[in-house]
Amino acid sequence: MSLLDVQNLRVQFPTRSGVFDAVRGVSFSLGHERLGIVGESGSGKSLTGRAILRLIRHPGVVTADHISLEGENLMDLTERQMRKVRGQRISMVMQDPKFSLNPVMRVGEQIVEACLQHEKISRKAAKTRAIEMLEAVSIRDSERVFRAYPHEMSGGMGQRIMIAMMLIPNPQILIADEPTSALDVSVQTQVLGIMDKLVQERGMGLIFISHDLSLVSAFCDRVLIMYGGRVVETCQADKLYEAKHPYTQGLLNSMPRLDTPVDRLQVLQREDAWMNGDIATEQATSATGDAANSADGAGGQA
Amino acid sequence: MSENSSIEASSSATTDEAAEIAIKISDLSVWFGQGADRVDAVKSASFVLPRGASFGLVGESGSGKSTILRALTGLVTSWRGSMEVNGQTLGKKRDKTFYREVQMVFQDPYASLHPRHSVDQVLSETLSLHKYKDIDNRIDKLLSDVGLGPQFRYRYPHQLSGGQRQRVAIARALAPSPSILLLDEPTSALDVSVQAEILNLLTDLREEQNLTYLMVSHNLAVVGHLCEKVAVMQNGEIVEMLAVEDMRKLKATHPYTQHLLESSLGYVRT
Repeated sequence: MSLLDVQNLRVQFPTRSGVFDAVRGVSFSLGHERLGIVGESGSGKSLTGRAILRLIRHPGVVTADHISLEGENLMDLTERQMRKVRGQRISMVMQDPKFSLNPVMRVGEQIVEACLQHEKISRKAAKTRAIEMLEAVSIRDSERVFRAYPHEMSGGMGQRIMIAMMLIPNPQILIADEPTSALDVSVQTQVLGIMDKLVQERGMGLIFISHDLSLVSAFCDRVLIMYGGRVVETCQADKLYEAKHPYTQGLLNSMPRLDTPVDRLQVLQREDAWMNGDIATEQATSATGDAANSADGAGGQA
Repeated sequence: MSENSSIEASSSATTDEAAEIAIKISDLSVWFGQGADRVDAVKSASFVLPRGASFGLVGESGSGKSTILRALTGLVTSWRGSMEVNGQTLGKKRDKTFYREVQMVFQDPYASLHPRHSVDQVLSETLSLHKYKDIDNRIDKLLSDVGLGPQFRYRYPHQLSGGQRQRVAIARALAPSPSILLLDEPTSALDVSVQAEILNLLTDLREEQNLTYLMVSHNLAVVGHLCEKVAVMQNGEIVEMLAVEDMRKLKATHPYTQHLLESSLGYVRT
């Protein structure tokens, strides 16, 4: 059975010139696997991640046929029940640790807070858990980091602290929204490696939102490609380079590559047809089909 | 490192013209703070750029690559060593001719344009500072050079996309007809599809206007696309200089460069 099943998710924002559809009917399901969502800025990939947790603020409106987490429809929950889901069952790692950690609270306090919020354990036990967790994300000097403030940490450290904080309540699903785009390439691989290891050890589902196609194709099992608020294509991550949709191909070709130099980079020619529903719905239905299959496969492995 | 610069020096000696060298930096050190708080951001860096060259500085954040650009433009004053631009040795203060020759494009097009100035104001301010007379015609030309139509002239930054903003920033840099452009991560805030457009634009402009590029980036593929030669920086030092062809063949000798190359080839699952 799939962990998360999203059917016909929509996010709308009313504006002065009518309703703006930011996400337009996205459907997918997630098993114990790493699912990548890629697209350009404005394609609705981040909003999809936030909408799953119902974190879209008024006046934005989220509608969906269902967002079911192990059979329970998140759309029917009250705000109070939803708070039990956030962090404890689905948690989210944000893009930039500089803006996502509380600057006036020590790192350890913040992790302990996350832990106490979801479990009834003593402060002392929470502290041991927090230090263990910091060690799990390869922070060597965990006692010192526990007492430090976020500004004393480098970007890579900050992101690892975020990951530690998000994983401490042991969620079933981790949504990572561009977790490494604020980091250097060399640190990036390290953070990804840690996240990968923890997600696998705990048998979690991972939704990895990124604009970096090559990263997603190497890191994830399956990829959704979004354009204009729709999923235009789903494919196995290792077969991303054989993708059929002209948008995906356009994105892939517009990247400079070290191994294959070109004089001019190919520029993406956008077509209005990509915004239309025909392809998207067809792809979406096949997406859910694929998803169910691969989710079974992944479940079997786990 | 010293080998490479001596090669450059000898090649310029054969043409026997000092003017062929666009930028010459020798033994440049930059620091911030004093006493115990002193941070040496750049430690005796040296390199030479012939005119028309395109040179990349790569390294992780904090390695001092942007600081070199900032010292060169005069945004950082605490430096030692010598910097020459078009044969002129730079002092602590720069005169107007320097800013006519050297211009910089910044990383974040969202932050580097004044939110309450229209494109027209941004460009005409730069042009009038450089005492140009036919400002009206020049703005039209600048906009068409960077591939923006005349309809963009009276727009404000919030009415432009990220790629269009970066085009405006490039137009502003091109306004005084410089010979050297300093590019500080010009595409890292942009999507790959928009990045391709901007990189193509930079390639075209360099050909048309015979510009010299000094580019800073953490993305080896971008540097590999635009530059012919690369210096790899770590902790304020240039640890290796190599030609892009060698980089493509992964012929790096320094372990840090090899590590960077491996990381940039993508995440490998263990």
